[in-house]
Amino acid sequence: MRDVAIIGVGYTKFGEMWGRSFRDIMIEAGLEAITDAGIEGREIDAMYVGNMSGGRFIAQEHVSALIADYSGFARDFHIPATRVEAACASGGLAVREAYINVASGLHDIVVAAGVEKMTDIGTEMTADVLASASDREWEGFSGATFPGLYALIANYHMHRYGTTREDLAEVSVKNHNNGSLNPKAQFRNRISIETVLNSPLVADPLRLYDCSPITDGAAAVILAPAEVAKKYTDTPVYIKASAQASDTIALHDRRDIATLDATVFASKRAYKQAGIKPTDVDVAEVHDCFTIAEIVAYEDLGFCRKGEGGMLIREGVTAIDGDIPVNPSGGLKACGHPVGATGVKQVAEVVLQLRGDAGKRQVDGAEIGLTHNVGGTGATAVVHILSR
Amino acid sequence: MPVPRFWRKIRHRYNLIGSVCRNCGTYYYPPRNLCPTCRRAGKMEEYQFKGTGKVVSYTVIRTPPDQFQELKPYVLGIVELDEGPRVTSQIICDPEEAKIGMRVRQVFRKYTEDGEDGVIYYGTKFEPEDEEYDSGGDNL
Repeated sequence: MRDVAIIGVGYTKFGEMWGRSFRDIMIEAGLEAITDAGIEGREIDAMYVGNMSGGRFIAQEHVSALIADYSGFARDFHIPATRVEAACASGGLAVREAYINVASGLHDIVVAAGVEKMTDIGTEMTADVLASASDREWEGFSGATFPGLYALIANYHMHRYGTTREDLAEVSVKNHNNGSLNPKAQFRNRISIETVLNSPLVADPLRLYDCSPITDGAAAVILAPAEVAKKYTDTPVYIKASAQASDTIALHDRRDIATLDATVFASKRAYKQAGIKPTDVDVAEVHDCFTIAEIVAYEDLGFCRKGEGGMLIREGVTAIDGDIPVNPSGGLKACGHPVGATGVKQVAEVVLQLRGDAGKRQVDGAEIGLTHNVGGTGATAVVHILSR
Repeated sequence: MPVPRFWRKIRHRYNLIGSVCRNCGTYYYPPRNLCPTCRRAGKMEEYQFKGTGKVVSYTVIRTPPDQFQELKPYVLGIVELDEGPRVTSQIICDPEEAKIGMRVRQVFRKYTEDGEDGVIYYGTKFEPEDEEYDSGGDNL
């Protein structure tokens, strides 16, 4: 296996983009990444696309071929283009598949892309598509919504560890604060704890401001063998580890419903591959689909001990100027969560941070970054560790 | 849910029938054909659960899917059956009444329906064990 670098990144503005189509936004992100890498289209050998549910969001399957076509790689170059799916972890998985492809030596320049167009259908149907990331027959049948499942995690975590309602709100406040600094974020408004606590209940104890939004968006990163990366860019970012783990599809079958073992195993494998400890991480983009998910992620990624996630947010450790800044992009909560694109955007964001190109949301002197992308309620987790 | 997908598991949904692996002694609900612990060495048999257990966690669904609108708000929980496995189910009680650790027992109830001419989706729900028995007509 050879070392792999990221030589270019791009992602669209996230939000409700009623005037723009699935292919419009994917091409925009891809062009931004290719331009950033300074490569020619003809140099690209293969493409992986993370997409959760083109079939149900826009009634379009076979999106890998569609994107290869509309980005100009199908007609003349006929490159292999492959869609990968792991619900909300589809994007992280696309990066991982591209990484494996380059590391193996099969291809040299590979694009990892992610895209989701979620607002072409109504909110009700979107929620139904998202619920299909859990066990449809044995969770969905009972009326379990996706926020409902994370609410079960939250209630249990609060009961067992004393995590407070305010701790959850602080995650949302922090991520909105970070999002206000990111021109591409869906929400750029700062909010107060009261905003969260006074927002409508969705599934107790989770309120509207505990939930990530429905978002259109696309992201792309360009991978190359580390040995030639400097030929394309002065600031390559290296993939020090790529890891993935699985767990039971249904939340109720987990060893502990307040722990995502897929995150625990993926991150342990990643730290081992990179030869680092959790405390070595300078910046992280983690999967905060709900506020409780970020608190649980702190614990499962080893940023603190089990049950202490609430304390981490309370003490400001994960703020942009804290010891372990988490979600400087605004995270899924404020930057937005176009499900198939999220994992790729996380990698793109950390690359910008490590290059020092993150503008007002720049974390000072970040050298090692981590991304954490989750599918469903934790049946899949993908962790990447990147370094300058 | 498509009718065949529901129909195939009617017995298991109505009567809380799952499986037990006679090799490792682990109980499973919903039923599984392959023991995830013993895999090919497992000996799976059908098993009818006693239908009692306790609440591991719960929530109150305020913004349900379309077909559940008339039930809102409803309590949704993870129930640990006394034999061990955990199930996601509705719990028939007031939102204020729900508690982690609460003892519950199985009841047969309606979940949803496919319009006036479609199938009615019945299944298992749970109610607090210390409740007086009632036929539950208006609890659906």
